[in-house]
Amino acid sequence: MKAAVITFPGSNCDRDLAVAFEQAGFDVARVWHKDTALPSGVDVVGIPGGFSFGDYLRCGAIAANSPICRSVVAHAEAGGFVLGICNGFQVLCETGLLPGVLMRNAGLKFVCRNVGLTVASAESAFTSGYAQGDALVVPVAHHDGNYNVDAEGLAALEAEGRVAFRYTDNPNGSMGDIAGVLSENRRVLGMMPHPERAVDAQHGGTDGAAMFKGLAEALVSA
Amino acid sequence: MTEPAITPELIEAHGLKPDEYERILEIIGRTPSFTELGIFSAMWNEHCSYKSSKIHLRKLPTEGPQVICGPGENAGIVDIGDGQCVVFKMESHNHPSYIEPYQGAATGVGGILRDVFTMGARPIAAMNALSFGEPSHPKTRQLVNGVVEGIGGYGNCFGVPTVGGEVRFHPAYNGNCLVNAFAAGLADTDAIFYSAASGIGMPVVYLGAKTGRDGVGGATMASAEFDDTIEEKRPTVQVGDPFTEKRLMEATLELMQTGAVISIQDMGAAGLTCSAVEMGDKGGLGIKLNLDAVPQREENMTAYEMMLSESQERMLMVLNPEKEAEARAVFEKWDLDFAIVGETIAEDRFLVMHGNETKADLPLANLSGSAPEYDRPWVETPPAAEMDPVPEIDAIDGLKSLIASPNYAHKSWVWEQYDTMVMADTVVAPGAGSGVVRVHGTEKALAFTSDVTPRYVKANPYEGGKQAVAEAYRNLSAKGALPLATTDNLNFGNPEKPEIMGQFVGALKGIGEACAALNTPIVSGNVSLYNETDGQGILPTPTIGAVGLLDNLDQLIDGTARAGHVALMIGPEGAHLGQSALLAEAFSREDGDAPHVDLAAEKAHGDFIRGNAQFIDACTDLADGGLALAAFEMAEAAGVGVQIDAAGNGPLFGEDQARYLIACSFDKAEALMVAAGQAGVPIHTVGKFGGDTVTLGGSSAPLSDLSETYRSTFAANFA
Repeated sequence: MKAAVITFPGSNCDRDLAVAFEQAGFDVARVWHKDTALPSGVDVVGIPGGFSFGDYLRCGAIAANSPICRSVVAHAEAGGFVLGICNGFQVLCETGLLPGVLMRNAGLKFVCRNVGLTVASAESAFTSGYAQGDALVVPVAHHDGNYNVDAEGLAALEAEGRVAFRYTDNPNGSMGDIAGVLSENRRVLGMMPHPERAVDAQHGGTDGAAMFKGLAEALVSA
Repeated sequence: MTEPAITPELIEAHGLKPDEYERILEIIGRTPSFTELGIFSAMWNEHCSYKSSKIHLRKLPTEGPQVICGPGENAGIVDIGDGQCVVFKMESHNHPSYIEPYQGAATGVGGILRDVFTMGARPIAAMNALSFGEPSHPKTRQLVNGVVEGIGGYGNCFGVPTVGGEVRFHPAYNGNCLVNAFAAGLADTDAIFYSAASGIGMPVVYLGAKTGRDGVGGATMASAEFDDTIEEKRPTVQVGDPFTEKRLMEATLELMQTGAVISIQDMGAAGLTCSAVEMGDKGGLGIKLNLDAVPQREENMTAYEMMLSESQERMLMVLNPEKEAEARAVFEKWDLDFAIVGETIAEDRFLVMHGNETKADLPLANLSGSAPEYDRPWVETPPAAEMDPVPEIDAIDGLKSLIASPNYAHKSWVWEQYDTMVMADTVVAPGAGSGVVRVHGTEKALAFTSDVTPRYVKANPYEGGKQAVAEAYRNLSAKGALPLATTDNLNFGNPEKPEIMGQFVGALKGIGEACAALNTPIVSGNVSLYNETDGQGILPTPTIGAVGLLDNLDQLIDGTARAGHVALMIGPEGAHLGQSALLAEAFSREDGDAPHVDLAAEKAHGDFIRGNAQFIDACTDLADGGLALAAFEMAEAAGVGVQIDAAGNGPLFGEDQARYLIACSFDKAEALMVAAGQAGVPIHTVGKFGGDTVTLGGSSAPLSDLSETYRSTFAANFA
């Protein structure tokens, strides 16, 4: 199993994400944003949290147009797996791989704390380690995590069961308490909470570990 | 471009006193050029030269077997074993933060991070100690919001976890807020970088962001009092770009691995001037700069502007010329400027060329070596007057007066705006006395705290200075960490006033004695004077940042109190109410002496806590608010009630020192009692945890009601 973690100049959770993948048994390749191709044999691409290009223009907008993102989009379109966390979720929305946008938090302030999540769909490789309705505690840390999508888009997400996680105590004003969404083929997941910060009992708890482990198992059995 | 003529008004506007100007004339034997005058003012202002404080700072203990590098470099360095070291410093950004809170605080964080990674260390933790005016003052809410957002805006984007700090309010800060930023980084002991240049004819390279006109004269501004012209000073505040700083850090750390760096210095206060002079002076060399090669953000910048600009996110280094191509490639990778702007020269000269003209030609060693140094007159702070009696107060009312004050209310409104977990090694997040960060990939951890009680320092600078160090020592010990070393950020009023200078001298004496007794040498620091507005000075605020080591995380004391736990107190029963939080918050009084600190007891009690960590579930030190506030905080954090048997103001709210509160099971309590008896450490059972009420002596209230007040006060005042 091979994961690629993309590093933009302002990524700051790239190491954390690589550690979480490694802990679940992945070989991890670190990929620079100016590279034009993903290493061969990559099963899943991780787009980490941080401030890819300083959040200038719009969070994720410049990153979505960087050389490597063309390859990430191609990888997804070919049926590859992509996981975008926090700024990575914003990047995925900007590339169009996921619907909707992440706006400024309703409270207008950066918010970093542990939040309660429920698993809204276990029907994906990413969430296969959980059961629908599982309650998790996972940290958030963002300024722009207020998920919005047009009415049709929201209806489609709900009808197709593509909401992966919901907040139990919405920290940012997201529509429908949405914390994470899946693509139509359920192989692209974007989420604001940081599961990679919840894979270690000494730091942030272990409720995120099942995501990486579940993904690894799904890839092996696939 | 012709430069203005030197006039007495121009000299005064540069913050240079007539006798200081006379000294310049003596050194160079002629009238300085405008650019040269700017260079002298940049090097000789209080902020850069420490001219009022130097003779006293020399008395501080700065050495120990754990110290790799003490004060004088960008940051202090302390050995943590296994070939690793922690690099840390605390620095103020008070004046700019009052003028422009967001950018002032943001660039304060940026500056201290740069100090750390300049030495080859990757920042792994940040803290900030903030002092604001009274909550009802019209400026306070805007300052609190702006400063907190600025700290978050910079640190969060850069990607360093903020793991601790302090926030206090007092009318003495109405005209001058304090923003003290701390950063610590991790480095390999054999890969530390210093600022001393070496080798003649070596290229001097400019790295990072371009130079603009921002911050020209900033260090001089920060060396003066405020008055009603404060609005005019806004252009002296720099603007931060954390995205560039993040890239600058990554590029610098990568560059260091190529072997290209002979010496390196960040451009902080007085930018290009200070960094070039510092590298030359420490290496015993001269420096020649060609300003035409400096990357510029604005057009038609003069030599004067470039030499005094405080544009952020810039570094200067002396390059190993054989590695130029590799070094350049690193900076191109990160899309940052890399420009050779000068060279080291054998003569003792600081030569600044611009447009084929010599704009400055000064003896380099004299620029810092001959900076004025003052033994300013000082008077000892008189002993505090005898205290009026304190009326007995209902204990729950007393507790409520504390937790309904922003000074002692829960501060999650502040720290939730900071990323406290990025890098995924935060073991103890803010709110627990000290923050703890794991050393990545190991089972070791570092603990961080910042402390001072300005009321105490004002009443009794010597005991107050000792207390700041002692409280930091306790906060680290309460987590099971061995205190290693400290950094001091000395914030005071106008040093030209003998009573202010007396506060400074007294506090430093106390800090020095405490650091020596507790084996926590001062390895770095910063002095901020002239924190006055219209002649009104701040409370003397010598903030102590301290770092402790846990050899293994199994030594960490990080549990919570549980129903059935015994409450034990280490140290004597409380009695001292002078300058206490209760006095200030419940009675609006600030009289009496500061509590006195018995350093031998501090050492013995701290050793006891660390030596018996296996018997301790939860532990906190007793500080402001005494036993009552400590017991409430411990119970509130655990969501369990507490019953404290002691009654009366002194036993509940007294702020006697060298004390800790412990929660543990009955069996462990017995073991602790035996161990304490053997060690000669005073220990008493003071109550127990359980139920859902808080009982202090004969008075009680539901925990949930108190919790609601405690958790809503801060946002109610400032959101």
